[in-house]
Amino acid sequence: MSAALDIASWALLLAGGAFCMVGALGLVRLRSFFPRTHAASVIDSAGAGLLLAGLLLQAGWTLVAVKLVMIGLLIFFASPTATHALANAARERGVSFEHAEGEAPSKR
Amino acid sequence: MLHSAILFVLFYAFWVLMSGLFTPFLLAAGAASSLAVVWFAVRMHVADREGHPVHLIWPALAYWPWLVREILKSALDVSRVILDPRLPASPTVVSFKPRQRTVVGLVTHANSITLTPGTLSVEVGPERFVVHGLTRASAHAAVDSEMDRRVERFERVR
Repeated sequence: MSAALDIASWALLLAGGAFCMVGALGLVRLRSFFPRTHAASVIDSAGAGLLLAGLLLQAGWTLVAVKLVMIGLLIFFASPTATHALANAARERGVSFEHAEGEAPSKR
Repeated sequence: MLHSAILFVLFYAFWVLMSGLFTPFLLAAGAASSLAVVWFAVRMHVADREGHPVHLIWPALAYWPWLVREILKSALDVSRVILDPRLPASPTVVSFKPRQRTVVGLVTHANSITLTPGTLSVEVGPERFVVHGLTRASAHAAVDSEMDRRVERFERVR
């Protein structure tokens, strides 16, 4: 593996890891349901995507690369669907767009 | 029929690539499994233009790189909000009428909105999208957007 490829791969892995950590920090810092969903989507769109791209460069043209692409496609199609279902269910259950943490309807 | 044939080829390629083993038994088992799954898909009426839109593969390959750029740009925007000590989030809800006419187009648009950090599709329908944004700016950017127009062009391909 060439050094340039290694550097590109590491840059992607570090950027992906950074997005995952920022997303985790956002989950803690943001104060209510819907804003927190946005923090989580930083993790599974940008974080996971960049990590997979970095691993793809490490894998080269192998069967492992094909599997990484499959995982990427799965996340690409399933994660927005799941996030939408979660948000839609929260809305149906009466989580208001304004409510702050600590007054979730299920805890009342 | 064409859809079933393409579906079979894709399933079989998936099997072979996932297994990476080429013994006669496994190759035959893969063919039988792929055939069975195609049969199930036909019986469930999902092996059609809507459930399996293979005709959109070229426009998708043009649309996805643009979408990836949008995802990275908005991930940076959301990160900036999270890392800012003042935490300048201004959660906003907008609703608008999407331009898409087909189910595949509507789903693609809604999923693209959710995939880009900072915006989230809460309700989805042909008449109305309800979108939640982390900031006022990100929510309003989802209305009548470049994404809306691009997905509309994308779904029109025959």
